[in-house]
Amino acid sequence: MGNYTIVQARALSEAVFEMWIHAPQVARHAKAGQFCIIHADGAGERVPLTISATKGDDIRIAFMAVGTTTKLLATLKTGDELRDVAGPLGMPSDIAEGSETVIIVGGGVGVACTPILAQAAKDAGNYVIGIIGARNRDLLIFEDDMRAICDELYVTTDDGSYGIKGFASGPLKDLCESGRKIDKVWIIGPGMMMKVTSEVTRPFGIKTYVSLNPVMVDGTGMCGSCRVTVGGEMKFACVDGPEFDAHEVDWNDLMTRQRMYLSEEKQSMEYREEHHECRCRKVE
Amino acid sequence: MDRDADLRVTDFKEVDLGLSREEAVAEAKRCIQCKKPKCISGCPVGIDIPAFIRAIADEKFQDAVDIIKKDNMLPAVCGRVCPQETQCQGVCVLGIKDTPIAIGQLERFVADIERKKGAKCPKCAPATGKKIAVVGSGPAGLACAAELARRGHSVTIFESLHEAGGVLMYGIPAFRMPKDIVQYEINQVKKLGVEIKTNHIVGRSVSVQELLSYSAVFLGTGAGLPYFMGIQGENLPGVYSANEFLTRVNLMGANKFPENDTPVKVGKKVVVVGGGNVAMDAARVARRMGAEVTLMYRRGEADMPARLDEVRHAKEEGVFFMTATNPIAILGENNAVSGVKAVKMELGTPGDDGRCSFYPVEGSEFAVEADVVIEAIGQGPNPLLLRMLPELTRNRNGSVAVNCLGETSIEKVYAGGDVATGAATVILAMGTAKEAAVAIDKKLRT
Ligand SMILES: Cc1cc2nc3c(=O)[nH]c(=O)nc-3n(C[C@H](O)[C@H](O)[C@H](O)COP(=O)(O)OP(=O)(O)OC[C@H]3O[C@@H](n4cnc5c(N)ncnc54)[C@H](O)[C@@H]3O)c2cc1C
Ligand SMILES: Cc1cc2nc3c(=O)[nH]c(=O)nc-3n(C[C@H](O)[C@H](O)[C@H](O)COP(=O)(O)OP(=O)(O)OC[C@H]3O[C@@H](n4cnc5c(N)ncnc54)[C@H](O)[C@@H]3O)c2cc1C
Ligand code: SF4
Ligand code: SF4
Ligand code: FES
Repeated sequence: MGNYTIVQARALSEAVFEMWIHAPQVARHAKAGQFCIIHADGAGERVPLTISATKGDDIRIAFMAVGTTTKLLATLKTGDELRDVAGPLGMPSDIAEGSETVIIVGGGVGVACTPILAQAAKDAGNYVIGIIGARNRDLLIFEDDMRAICDELYVTTDDGSYGIKGFASGPLKDLCESGRKIDKVWIIGPGMMMKVTSEVTRPFGIKTYVSLNPVMVDGTGMCGSCRVTVGGEMKFACVDGPEFDAHEVDWNDLMTRQRMYLSEEKQSMEYREEHHECRCRKVE
Repeated sequence: MDRDADLRVTDFKEVDLGLSREEAVAEAKRCIQCKKPKCISGCPVGIDIPAFIRAIADEKFQDAVDIIKKDNMLPAVCGRVCPQETQCQGVCVLGIKDTPIAIGQLERFVADIERKKGAKCPKCAPATGKKIAVVGSGPAGLACAAELARRGHSVTIFESLHEAGGVLMYGIPAFRMPKDIVQYEINQVKKLGVEIKTNHIVGRSVSVQELLSYSAVFLGTGAGLPYFMGIQGENLPGVYSANEFLTRVNLMGANKFPENDTPVKVGKKVVVVGGGNVAMDAARVARRMGAEVTLMYRRGEADMPARLDEVRHAKEEGVFFMTATNPIAILGENNAVSGVKAVKMELGTPGDDGRCSFYPVEGSEFAVEADVVIEAIGQGPNPLLLRMLPELTRNRNGSVAVNCLGETSIEKVYAGGDVATGAATVILAMGTAKEAAVAIDKKLRT
């Protein structure tokens, strides 16, 4: 079917999957904060997924099976091929060389984006504090990766089944209030989580970045599907972002546009469930 | 010959079926073979029009294609999409009293014959060992690559999308430019030895450093960045740039959703804003997906930059034209588009460019119902790569500045097509690209 071989595929939890893909032109250039676009087969959608690690000519993605494409990807096995992988796309994270103290907060599947970012911040000489959270212990991903990289790591679960009970915003608030010098904060997760959590840092005037995830098509600035409002201005998340100043983002705008295709997404999944033979869909 | 409008709005098959052999030969015989043929000067690449028309009159169709291909690599494309009325046909002497020769139709006729029987591959000059990078696989990139390959150079095209062809694939719909024809033409270019690397975004998957390691570089990245009007309500779900709307349908097959996974919203009522080819294409696609379509344009119909055929076809297909009208806000209800608020425009006397000036009529605001709004108000050069080349001199409108050889301000970097001219036409893109290819070849040989 395609040209990009899945060198390893496995489930991280019931709903979250990890995949290593052979994609040399992406792997050799990818930096923290960037994403790739995957087009599984000819009839498929182009979906953006963060590059969560690289090794030689391979990239790693981690995704939550939420809809047609991600559920299809979840069925793929080691050795299968993808039609297209394009990237790296977007601007790399704004990591400073030197001795800044940075906090990297990941929530849910957003934790997938944290190891590459934490590693880059660490490599640049920063003191890195990680906070990763999930609904429960089973849904927590990449804890080992983060523990190996971060100088300090806090783990939260909503139900208290592991680590600190509560949201990732808890430890973040404590750190902000502790009076320690904090230079930058990254928050990556679902829209609502990023919106709420970034309010924690606002009163402290700490530079805070979020990675926005609007619906995309090309990922190269050609369609405007990914337009978001930041600081009152229209920005294209795929070329100007995906990371933006959290305190400038118009969250309402983002979340409204994300819901644009809710009914079509449902229709598409129902159609796929009725047509199981979908893997041999022809390229047209 | 056009297919019946009632029938064609139900599918994406080609609208214009072209000329029959008899019609083509008869049309070619109408050409009076002018001593000083005006038509040639009207063609941006200077095809020897009377010569190829004479070949058709003599029923030497292959000769006709060979003559055209000396100057134009993609006759099946240009015959279909050139704005002939303002180019070759616009200046044909027969047009003064009668109908001009249907030059585009004749060009397409012979190109289609050649394609059906399988074109022979032109010979390339001996290999020079020089490697050239071409960025973008639209008409400009393809034309430049083909010309350089023929001259013996080793050419790699980098394309960011998953299909080559640029606007020919993702912008112009299949009912006007069948995709198998585009693919056929691209294959002809590949047969010359050109390598096309899709999914390669230059500036991201290929670094500027890697790019500049080639003996020469041609930028054919087009004018793909969509402009938005900057009015209220533009971020409502249901508002599209024409680029997004057309890409979802043409490249991703959203007209066959849910068989294909990519959706597109059309709703019952669509308002398209603009008066160019892009607006006509968006309107005609929306019609084919079952919507009632209103096209809003701020000037008069005569001022529309679209090809005449496109305007005529759109009207035949039931697109409602609302001219001298400008949108001032997009209205929403429950996080979806509910309509467009617009104002009537008063048209003044035509300016130096022959187009009318215009200004809003006070108190003429009114609202039109709509579920979807598609903006086709123009586009600029994509900034992705250009931002990484800060030394590149740009024109006032953002396009890349080039001299008559296609040279940019960076050594060994050339540019052509929409990225250099601003959004223009397929044939102009190919013309400027070919000039750059000739200049590159000359430079590499000295
Ligand atoms: C820059 C960026 C990085 C991302 N990184 C990750 C990641 O690392 N892991 C991960 O699990 N998810 C990530 N996402 C979200 C991911 O792209 C969507 O979950 C995915 O497209 C859903 O596709 P689907 O067909 O499975 O679901 P659908 O049924 O199509 O949609 C389900 C949800 O995904 C959103 N969505 C649908 N299509 C798109 C699209 N083309 N682009 C963006 N969002 C869409 C919808 O708003 C909806 O909320 C990222 C998104 C962006 C923009
Ligand atoms: C909807 C529509 C209808 C039109 N109708 C007509 C018509 O009827 N007649 C006519 O003559 N003209 C028409 N035009 C205009 C015509 O299509 C363009 O003038 C022409 O395509 C320009 O060619 P180009 O090669 O310069 O750019 P494009 O065709 O835009 O191709 C540029 C290519 O470069 C790629 N690219 C961009 N950046 C990068 C990067 N960094 N790395 C790799 N690849 C990159 C893009 O993905 C794209 O494939 C129309 C345009 C549109 C949008
Ligand atoms: S290339 Fe276009 S302008 Fe030139 S002769 Fe053909 S149709 Fe006319
Ligand atoms: S101007 Fe018209 S009549 Fe004269 S040579 Fe050209 S096509 Fe023929
Ligand atoms: S995804 Fe098309 S412009 Fe960003």
